[in-house]
Amino acid sequence: MKADSIEARVQSSLYGARRWHPAEIVFWVLALAAFFLLPRQLLILNEIAILGLFALSLDLILGYAGIVSLGHAAFFGFGAYAAGLFAKHASADPLAGLAVGMGAAGLLGLLTSPLILRGSDLTRLMVTLGVALILGELANSLGWLTGGADGLQGIVMGPVLGLFEFDIFGSVAYLYSLAVLFVLFVLARRITGSPFGLSLRAIRDNPLRASASGVPLHWRLVAVYTLAAAYAGAAGALLAQTTQFVSLDVLAFHRSADLMLVLIIGGAGYLYGGLIGAVAFKLLQDVIASFTPQYWMFWIGLFLVLFVLGGRELIHGGIKAVVGRIGSLGRGAPT
Amino acid sequence: MLTILFDGIAYGMILFVLACGLSVTMGLMNFINLAHGAFAMFGGYVTVLAMQRLGLPFLMALPAAFIAAALAGLVLERLVYRPMYAKSHLDQVMFSIGLVFMAVAGADYLMGSSQQFVHLPAWLSGRFDVAGIGVGRYRLFIIVLCGALAFAMQWGFTRTRFGSRLRAAVDDARVARGLGIPVNRLFALTFAVGSGLAGLGGALGIELMGLDPTFPLKFMIYFLIVVTVGGTSTISGPFFAAMLLGVADVAGKYLVPQLGAFIIYALMVVLLITRPHGLFARGRA
Repeated sequence: MKADSIEARVQSSLYGARRWHPAEIVFWVLALAAFFLLPRQLLILNEIAILGLFALSLDLILGYAGIVSLGHAAFFGFGAYAAGLFAKHASADPLAGLAVGMGAAGLLGLLTSPLILRGSDLTRLMVTLGVALILGELANSLGWLTGGADGLQGIVMGPVLGLFEFDIFGSVAYLYSLAVLFVLFVLARRITGSPFGLSLRAIRDNPLRASASGVPLHWRLVAVYTLAAAYAGAAGALLAQTTQFVSLDVLAFHRSADLMLVLIIGGAGYLYGGLIGAVAFKLLQDVIASFTPQYWMFWIGLFLVLFVLGGRELIHGGIKAVVGRIGSLGRGAPT
Repeated sequence: MLTILFDGIAYGMILFVLACGLSVTMGLMNFINLAHGAFAMFGGYVTVLAMQRLGLPFLMALPAAFIAAALAGLVLERLVYRPMYAKSHLDQVMFSIGLVFMAVAGADYLMGSSQQFVHLPAWLSGRFDVAGIGVGRYRLFIIVLCGALAFAMQWGFTRTRFGSRLRAAVDDARVARGLGIPVNRLFALTFAVGSGLAGLGGALGIELMGLDPTFPLKFMIYFLIVVTVGGTSTISGPFFAAMLLGVADVAGKYLVPQLGAFIIYALMVVLLITRPHGLFARGRA
């Protein structure tokens, strides 16, 4: 009887985590409402959506599996180039290009995953950084394929689903990116709530114990790394398609570092961290760039330092309070 | 061919001086300081300013670079690094990347984004031939100086009381502390010396590697390769790793320039996969 009730309680707690919190619904409604409320800011909204997806991808491996990476831009850039080249040489259909970008980046993730299975955090940081640098170097030297330092030009995208043409205001671009982000987010949410996702958290918290209780450590890590790579590839593909241009910048080191900042702002391990971080990061970038375009790197650095030194707890406490407030509103009673 | 080897060794020597401080701090406090290159850049700019504004000769500017960077290291260690030791690796990485970004933008703001140059004294410029091998005087100077430094460090690390305390603290900081070794003070001192050496390396490297605000980012990966490949428990490990890296990099750039930095990164990844605990690591339980 007692064991039964514990089992039931565990089950209900696991299922409870899967249920949609009212604050989540508010979040997505706001994201859609932004399309109507801010018609002049659609281009930056599109960038936020892409950055959010990219951060979501890092959150999958960092927040859930505990794999640190300083070279996540490798997959982003690989997906961007794959989608760009596909659009240029094969087909202008965006969804097919998206699939190609995801597939290519996922394959790269699968191939490079043995590298992150061994060694300490330090080794992982170095190896992921090395992979990103190698790809950047490759993209630079394979000028005939990638356009080298000039970037990949001449991408012409067809309409989404054969119906919606991309326009210069970015309205289709934003909706397209948001839709992709939403679909992939729901998928990620489902995955992280599944036994697979729970086993990842077990690995993150205590690898030895997880493997002792029968979790196949290596295969789970390979799987999530591949998945995250595909997500990053999707983000890259979205960028390539909506801007119709791919430059070497997609593989640059600062992109990986910025991504870390995004996730640090938002907090890792609950999926929304990347999205909230992306919004905050882009707003921050916009504000700083408007008064000191040249030295905004300094301010980003300062934010990083301050965040790590203690600002993070402050902000996260605030966010938690707000979410709790919305949650209690939804339920009609404070908990 | 031998000239390439010679240049590579000189390059590797500078890398060693730049990176050895990092390897000790990493080993001692298990702290990943990606901002190490910022100290090197600082030393480089101090040299440039000392020579251009104050008119100091090159040989006088080198100690100035060392002292300035060491002081900067001491102050920063006290103020901002110390709270970071207990945090996770990821936090440390983010923190030091933030410092790098600030250093890069700050240097850009204060010094401009152009490359800086120094005028070497006449007796250090030019090259001469020994048995058909072109030997750059400056490179020879670097090899002699850094070689002497390496020997001094190896001696200090293995033969002095300071060195044995340091090694004890690297091996197990808690036990060392329990035995009454002032680990924090030891670390502050080591951090300062390591930063100073980085500053010196930055000053020496202006001629070979160039100096501009992106220096810490450009060479960060090189330091990290030296440290990860060489391991953190000895002086000789990073030394040989730096030599290997220097020679491979110079040879790669001379012989197959179209591959660029590709060789180095590939080398690093291969080494890290085959020897994840460093090339010369002692077996650790």
